[in-house]
Amino acid sequence: MTALELEQVWKFYGDFPALRGISLRLDPGACLALLGRNGAGKSTLLRILAGLSRAGRGQVRVLGTDPRERQARARIGVLGHGLSLYEELSALENLTLFAKLYNLAEPARRARQWLERIGMASAGEGLVREFSRGMRQRLAIARAFLHEPDLLLLDEPFTALDDRAVAVLQELLAEARREGRTVVLSTHQLREALEPASHVALLVRGRLAYAGERRREMLEDAGWLYRTYGEGT
Amino acid sequence: MTAPAGGSLLESVRPRQALRPAGFWRSALTVALKDLRAELRTKQALNASLAFSVVILLLFSFAFDPTAEETRALAGGLLWLVFAFAGALIWNRSFARELPNDCLDGLLAAPISGAALYAGKAAANWLLLMAVELAGLAAFGVFYNAAWTSRFWPLLGVLALGTWAVTVVGTLFSALTVNLRLRELMLPLLVYPLLIPALLAAIQLTGPLAVGQAASAEAMLWLRLLGAFDIIFTALALGLVEAVLVS
Repeated sequence: MTALELEQVWKFYGDFPALRGISLRLDPGACLALLGRNGAGKSTLLRILAGLSRAGRGQVRVLGTDPRERQARARIGVLGHGLSLYEELSALENLTLFAKLYNLAEPARRARQWLERIGMASAGEGLVREFSRGMRQRLAIARAFLHEPDLLLLDEPFTALDDRAVAVLQELLAEARREGRTVVLSTHQLREALEPASHVALLVRGRLAYAGERRREMLEDAGWLYRTYGEGT
Repeated sequence: MTAPAGGSLLESVRPRQALRPAGFWRSALTVALKDLRAELRTKQALNASLAFSVVILLLFSFAFDPTAEETRALAGGLLWLVFAFAGALIWNRSFARELPNDCLDGLLAAPISGAALYAGKAAANWLLLMAVELAGLAAFGVFYNAAWTSRFWPLLGVLALGTWAVTVVGTLFSALTVNLRLRELMLPLLVYPLLIPALLAAIQLTGPLAVGQAASAEAMLWLRLLGAFDIIFTALALGLVEAVLVS
């Protein structure tokens, strides 16, 4: 079973093709850095993989099934641009809510464990609207990892994170890689994405310009990929 | 593309714990309790809806100073117009509450069906609107000197059925209009024409009961109409909402 499989996937916003014939296959345990400039289609592709949007054309299979199947979504963790946290609920209530939605055993206990893990045990009863940006970010990371997903879909996860949130995310990503979970990481911050990646895909104006294993040249010269397969630096 | 190394990777994608998604009712209850908790904490829709209901009832009583006979004639229509408009304030908040921080994405990414998400939201909206209606009814009793308490249980039954009818449509269109810039305007424009049969039935049934009189001879007919509306639109909404939410 592949972790994800796309076959000639197109997505249109009105008449505009945001994705043009994307075909991609990723085995379990891989870490894919999804690269591309703003508007290249990275977020659209991740939304389709997460089941938040439907492809206009083509086939999408995630963990062996349609991403809108509930069994697939139970095994996917999503960290998007928004934090998906309720401002009027406490940190503990937010995590407990998602633990219940993911049908985890003892949701409140699981939520408390995660609050400890991200260094927010003492802030559990505080309302999210009272939190700093960094605290919200750590809480959102905990929400995405709460159910120990087999596939992590992270959209620009390092953007605007504070130091503690970066540390939490890097630790969780390293653990996910050790445990052989699949990670898809969209970013335009090349260094942070390329280091943990086993594979790289470059999107240029909705087309897949490159898809393959991460190569040595990419680490030594971050701009190499764009110059070789993209539209120059 | 292939994984970096090792046959253990396939092994590792096995679920780490029971990954069976929660059932429909449990998911719906979780969403409903979340919505109620969030609303009771901010009281944004509840306060607006309650204030609107009481103020309109008060203004009408001052403006027309109706006699007992006039009150009997206008009670059903007045109450349900107020409830329907008060409901729009609640439905508008229902999915709009999910916009900050992209919370709707969090819900849609979770392993719950669109139908369960919708059912939870509709149940929360129903409870909130019922609370507003009971408060409005109390105000109606005071301002119009109407003895509705003598017919409380039949009236409560009619309110429950009528409120579900308007809520089931209002909540669906709340999902449909959530990303529109003019959603506060669009929602009532789209919803009220669809509600005409349910509102007609609810008005006919509520009129006599709200002033403490027995139900009219055609009550069963209107009750059947209201019940059929509830069943048909609940089934339609549950079937359509997934397509509305995920495009």
